[in-house]
Amino acid sequence: MGLLSDPNRRKAITTARILILNMILVLHGDSVVCYLAGIAWFMGLAFEPFTLRTYMSENAMGSTMVEERFPSGERALATAREFAAHKKKVGGMPVDWLVKTMRAQGLEVFTQSFSRNLPFPDESKERFVVRGTNVYGILRAPRAPRTEALVLSAPCSPGNSNNQAVGLLLGLAQYFRSQIYWAKDIIFLVNEHDLIGVQAWLEGYHHTNITGMGYTPLQGRAGSIQAALSLELNSDVVTSLDLVLEGLNGQLPNLDLANLFHAFCQKLGILCTIQGKLQRSDWDTVEGYTHSAQTMLLMVLKQASGRPWGEHGLFLRYHIEAASIRGVNSFRQYKTDATSIGRLFEGMVRKLNNLLERLHQSYFFYLMPSLTRFVSIGYYMPAFGLLTTILLLRALDLWVHLGTPTPVTEDGVGEGESPSSPGLLSVLTPVVISHLTGVALYTLPVLSQEMAVEHFPVSETEAVVLTAIAIYTAGLALPHNTHRLISGEGTEQGWRVLKLVALLYLAVLLGCTALINFSLGFILAVTLVPAAACVTPHVPKALSAVAMVLLSPGCTILYCVFLFQELQEVPVSLAEGWMLFLSVISQGILDHALYGSLVYPLLALLVYPCWLLFWNILFWK
Amino acid sequence: MAAPLTLVLILSVTIRAVLFRSSLAELISERVEVVSPLNAWKRVVEGLALLDLGVSPYSGDVFHETPLVIYLFHFVVDYAEIVFMIVDGITAVALYLAVQNYNKNVFRKQKYALEADRYPHDCLELMRSPKEMHYIPLKVAMFYLLNPFTILSCVAKSTCGLNNAVMALFILSTLKGSALLSAIFLALATYQSIYPLTLFAPGLLFLLQRLYIPVNPCRSRFWFFTVQYSVMFIGSLLVIVCLSFFLLGSWDFIPSVYGFILSVPDLTPNIGLFWYFFAEMFEHFRFFFICVFQINVFFYTIPLSVKLKEHPVFLIFMQIAIISIFKSYPTVGDIALYMAFLPVWSHLYRFLRNIFLVSCVLLACTALFPVLWHLWIYAGSANSNFYYAITLLFNVGQILLVSDYFYAYLRREHHLSQGLYLRRKDGSEATLVLK
Repeated sequence: MGLLSDPNRRKAITTARILILNMILVLHGDSVVCYLAGIAWFMGLAFEPFTLRTYMSENAMGSTMVEERFPSGERALATAREFAAHKKKVGGMPVDWLVKTMRAQGLEVFTQSFSRNLPFPDESKERFVVRGTNVYGILRAPRAPRTEALVLSAPCSPGNSNNQAVGLLLGLAQYFRSQIYWAKDIIFLVNEHDLIGVQAWLEGYHHTNITGMGYTPLQGRAGSIQAALSLELNSDVVTSLDLVLEGLNGQLPNLDLANLFHAFCQKLGILCTIQGKLQRSDWDTVEGYTHSAQTMLLMVLKQASGRPWGEHGLFLRYHIEAASIRGVNSFRQYKTDATSIGRLFEGMVRKLNNLLERLHQSYFFYLMPSLTRFVSIGYYMPAFGLLTTILLLRALDLWVHLGTPTPVTEDGVGEGESPSSPGLLSVLTPVVISHLTGVALYTLPVLSQEMAVEHFPVSETEAVVLTAIAIYTAGLALPHNTHRLISGEGTEQGWRVLKLVALLYLAVLLGCTALINFSLGFILAVTLVPAAACVTPHVPKALSAVAMVLLSPGCTILYCVFLFQELQEVPVSLAEGWMLFLSVISQGILDHALYGSLVYPLLALLVYPCWLLFWNILFWK
Repeated sequence: MAAPLTLVLILSVTIRAVLFRSSLAELISERVEVVSPLNAWKRVVEGLALLDLGVSPYSGDVFHETPLVIYLFHFVVDYAEIVFMIVDGITAVALYLAVQNYNKNVFRKQKYALEADRYPHDCLELMRSPKEMHYIPLKVAMFYLLNPFTILSCVAKSTCGLNNAVMALFILSTLKGSALLSAIFLALATYQSIYPLTLFAPGLLFLLQRLYIPVNPCRSRFWFFTVQYSVMFIGSLLVIVCLSFFLLGSWDFIPSVYGFILSVPDLTPNIGLFWYFFAEMFEHFRFFFICVFQINVFFYTIPLSVKLKEHPVFLIFMQIAIISIFKSYPTVGDIALYMAFLPVWSHLYRFLRNIFLVSCVLLACTALFPVLWHLWIYAGSANSNFYYAITLLFNVGQILLVSDYFYAYLRREHHLSQGLYLRRKDGSEATLVLK
């Protein structure tokens, strides 16, 4: 019967198992080794010799030559100034002017109006009800049956920012109109209210409504969208272009899109960055390594947040490969004019135009320590695997303890009868109560904001965030005596069973999270695994309680906020950090309501209850 | 014992009713793990619409239910949710009664054997006590009704629940010793999905055992009863098929139901082993491998019946498990049926060797199915290989689970005849090898 029933092999397995068990029981050190190995592996990913060089996989984009001839950068900037003047006059998006201009360029122009009630006001932008209009023009492909499309988008941001992007977009539209080689429709989209506008447009385009947005249906559409590029320029002077890849729920576009951007930047001699960091060539120095580690960590933190970091982030959900390109003025000597940026876009769009099928050849799961290097899933998963191994080893250890109080005979027959198993209820009660706390944490903050505003001197946003924190803290007090309500005294077996359940639960949970969003899974594993592995009722209570709280999911977010600021080289004081932390929480809840980001429900409904189970074990009596 | 069973029933109906009313119901009924082309409710509705229009429901390639099911739902389509809840209840009660009956028999046999001093003396700890056996039927009902797989299947209104009910009734009538009812329900189950045909062997073996007829090809009584049971089975099958013909007025349903099951034209991903394999295969090998895969389901009947001819109820469990693993369009509802039997074999626990590993694998796979589906279909970042890998692992887990139980059962039987502490001839401790 093969591997598991042949006694000789069985013996080998049993020996291996006993070896592992001995390591757990005697040394108690392999978990530490695993943990350190996991972290070391992860940090090693930023070291250049361990990473792969990026290369273009897509045949249609690799070998075909395109020439960039976009001539009218200055005219685009003039259009941008005109746009800015009209924007100022109207005090918002100059819809009529845009429609007129686009129509004059020979595009099919349509508008879409939308409105959205936010569950609570957005602190940074102070908006509660958002109404706006998207304007988009379609350049029909002269040479193909119009079944596929590409999108170029630029947000019309309030104030004085991003006018140049709209100007350049219009300039490109005019130039593209006179070319004959387009095989895909090109949609030029100018959207209001950033992501909300994009969300409304995408939902309208695909006939879905997943977030309860109100919008008018689209009057015109092109074929299925193959790729999208979003442009953000904030000044006339641009020194470098930054590529933004992280999308909703940590989804990334195909790596070929990043390769394409990098290839054209090289060709046109434009400075390009990722995470705002330039490429360095001195990988063998400490500074070089630190630089790429910082770049990679920034990517991990951004991906873990699950937030769309640019307009492209929402396209990814619809299976559209998309990236945002952001012009940065970092006051360097080197300057890039609008013509070059226009040529960069022309080149990228022409290569995308050559695609025969959706981008799929290259990687979807990757981390980038620099624009020319990447770490693929096969290289970074072992780091996570090492951390999860600790959980599985602990679970195995507990299982053996539970199953065979007396020594195990050769092929698994226990001697003596198994001890009376603890009641199902003593395990089920904490599980149910923890999850109910999680449900409260998920639903109450938004539901109870009105009441909170009535009784306390706080704004709606503060009310939501503070309620969330209050429920989070109250959860710590609530469940740790619950099992005794029903089953009386908790037994030694009881907490072991509970811990076994909680360990397996955590392992499956983290594994699933890491598959969808590696960064989030890894960050959670880094903090949750030590707590989960070490907790028993027999450790010193006060000290362990402090350690557990410090390793809880909420505190993880706090550390991430500080680390993110540190890596971006804008360190903050404790008070500022705390304020940022609060805004991150409110933003997370808003992202869930507006775009369907899953990080908040994941943390509230699954990770936090799971952590509470371990908290429960600590206070088992 | 009726009170706890009622409680379980009420609890399970409440859970189902709540889920039916929630927004999850629609999501669940779209999941490929829960519904297959054979039993999706959407297709039943489509078939009913066609029937109402006076078109044969089998025209087109959507509807693959048997005629009896469509006529059943023709009358009760407005109460479909209640029907599915009742059907689950019937399955649970049938399993409850069947297991109660079986346990009574097992205990009686054990008592006689003890009185006859047939067991070795060191086997006393293998004896089963009435105390531990008392709650087993209730546990079986609980395992069926509160199993998330059953709940999902019921909320998705998958007609798999009906098939399970028919099989449960077959088991009940067999264990109660009614040959006619057993043959009728077996015919119904076969009519519904062909594969339960393999349950003919355990059914026959059990009835023979009950009538104290030894399985011996030289004895005329053996042949007499076998023929009698086969005639009842084939007769009722014929009646049912002819009834379907008269209801529908055509033989359309034969290729549309049985041809569809056997030739596997629909390669929608599911938790089974067929779809990926046949999607990847060159067309001219297809027929050969279809035969191989389908024979595979039926083939195990022969060796298992020979090995387990003294233990037909365990054989039923094994057969149901094998069907649900190897059938062409498996869903989680099929798995739920054989998982309900696991408490019956709780006394084998001490001989199980991989139960921890297997339950971890099954648990992880169940969680990974939707995740990898999301990555493949919605995010577009993974592909079908990811999903199929999990399907494979899930099925390997199930096979390990079943073979572990099989091994444990044989081992206990061996110990019951040879003594618990085996010695080699030289006196050293011996180990059992299963080859």
